[in-house]
Amino acid sequence: MVDPEKDVNNQEMIVKVKNLDFYYESVQALFDISMDIPARQVTALIGPSGCGKSTFLRTLNRMNDIIHGTRVNGTVIVDGDDIYKSNMDVVALRKKIGMVFQKSNPFPKSIFDNVAYGPRIHGIKNKMKLTEIVERSLKRAAIWDEVKDRLDKNALDLSGGQQQRLCIARALAVDPEILLLDEPASALDPKSTAHIEDLILELKKDFTIIIVTHNMQQAGRISDLTAFFFEGVLIEFGITKQIFTNPVNKQTEDYITGRFG
Amino acid sequence: MTSRGSETFFYWMMRGFTYFIVVVIAYIIIDIIWNGIGVIGPDFLFEYPRKSGAEGGIWPAIVGTFYLVIGTIAIALPLGMASAIYLSEYARQGRFTRMIRLAIITLAGVPSIVFGLFGLGLFVLFFQFGASIIAGSLTLACMILPTIIVASEEALQAVPQSLREGSLALGATKWETIYKNVLPYAVPGMLTGSILGIGRAAGETAPILLTVAAFYLPKLPSSVFDQVMALPYHLFVLATQHPDAEMVRPMQYGTALVLLILVLAVNLIAIMIRSHYRKKTKW
Repeated sequence: MVDPEKDVNNQEMIVKVKNLDFYYESVQALFDISMDIPARQVTALIGPSGCGKSTFLRTLNRMNDIIHGTRVNGTVIVDGDDIYKSNMDVVALRKKIGMVFQKSNPFPKSIFDNVAYGPRIHGIKNKMKLTEIVERSLKRAAIWDEVKDRLDKNALDLSGGQQQRLCIARALAVDPEILLLDEPASALDPKSTAHIEDLILELKKDFTIIIVTHNMQQAGRISDLTAFFFEGVLIEFGITKQIFTNPVNKQTEDYITGRFG
Repeated sequence: MTSRGSETFFYWMMRGFTYFIVVVIAYIIIDIIWNGIGVIGPDFLFEYPRKSGAEGGIWPAIVGTFYLVIGTIAIALPLGMASAIYLSEYARQGRFTRMIRLAIITLAGVPSIVFGLFGLGLFVLFFQFGASIIAGSLTLACMILPTIIVASEEALQAVPQSLREGSLALGATKWETIYKNVLPYAVPGMLTGSILGIGRAAGETAPILLTVAAFYLPKLPSSVFDQVMALPYHLFVLATQHPDAEMVRPMQYGTALVLLILVLAVNLIAIMIRSHYRKKTKW
């Protein structure tokens, strides 16, 4: 297996996963996953449906906690904190790690209130400050120009691609360090998908991005590192170019060349 | 019979049954209005009854029913909504919650006279509230709790899980998520179901028979520990207990009409809340 740490010039590793097992009730979904994810890079998680890539993504901000009967062994260290330690502040963790879901889920509120939701939760009440955060977040998510004249309109009136960028803006509004994207473009048309991909490349200057994708070309286009999961096991993890041109593992090669999946 | 023929036959049969139901309901309503409208007037509505209800009005019964409805809402709504939130949002889904749900559904099927006896035993006698507004409201609250819990749970379940996840992912706590991103969309549905239950409580006779309703009490209550008259029980008394039932027939119809209008008004409020919010919510 390629050692990503060396290949990206000893970059800061913001997420360090060691020997992670994950269970839904008695069914094990992840087996002994160890991988270090560098800061301010795009890391793509690929693999066939049910391979555990989404489950893995959700272990990083403890979103699996809300599903009863899930269990984790091993350690996940984010920014030096073992996030599964018993006194971990999950609220602080989820503030640090933003998440965008496969199916865009704008709240049935105004565009403004969607973006202001997170900051308000975290105690910002000043209207001027909120306005400023909303504008900055919408600009960063490259949707400001499209919505600046109708911030008070219901977010559900936006198109699918706009909704997804709004969800990205909403995640950015709480100032995360890491963005988890769970197949953010899978329900979008090619033009909206291209929009999102451009946005991801722009955002990686400031954020660490971990993205689950079904789309091989997409992983190739936007990611610096690629991790291939199969049946709950991390088969191969390395520089994207290397994984795509010269995979070490036979299963990785078969998947990437489209022989299964 | 040809398939086309049987199609026509069943179509008209089902259509006929539907019309039949409408005709029966229309007959009941028209009969009550026809016979009751004559006695309704300021005197009937705002006067105290005289001569065991043969003369005068029904003001104490209207006020009594009003107090009972308010009391029932005050007790049942917070309790029912809180249980529904717990069951739907917090409780781990397993054998225990299945048992609770089974108990709630069973409770919904218990005859109302059993609730009356239960209220008599617990609130009137054991807690020594006596026959009183508080005992009657508690009894009615017990009776409509299942309706409120089931309706509220359904309203909560109808809020997409993605709204909860989206909120939690932004660092909101569970309660913040429920309070800010689930309840605002569930409350209209919770209220609609609850108000329909309350409408039913307003018209029930058996639960209040043993816990609050006075046979003949031409004065208004001064505290929640007083007995009151109530419309359904007053109607029951006039129709079956009065020595000259035939003579007080107009009073019966008048009382029935007022009760009918009251219950329909409560249901109308529920329908208005629902249609108001249905226009606003979408996902």
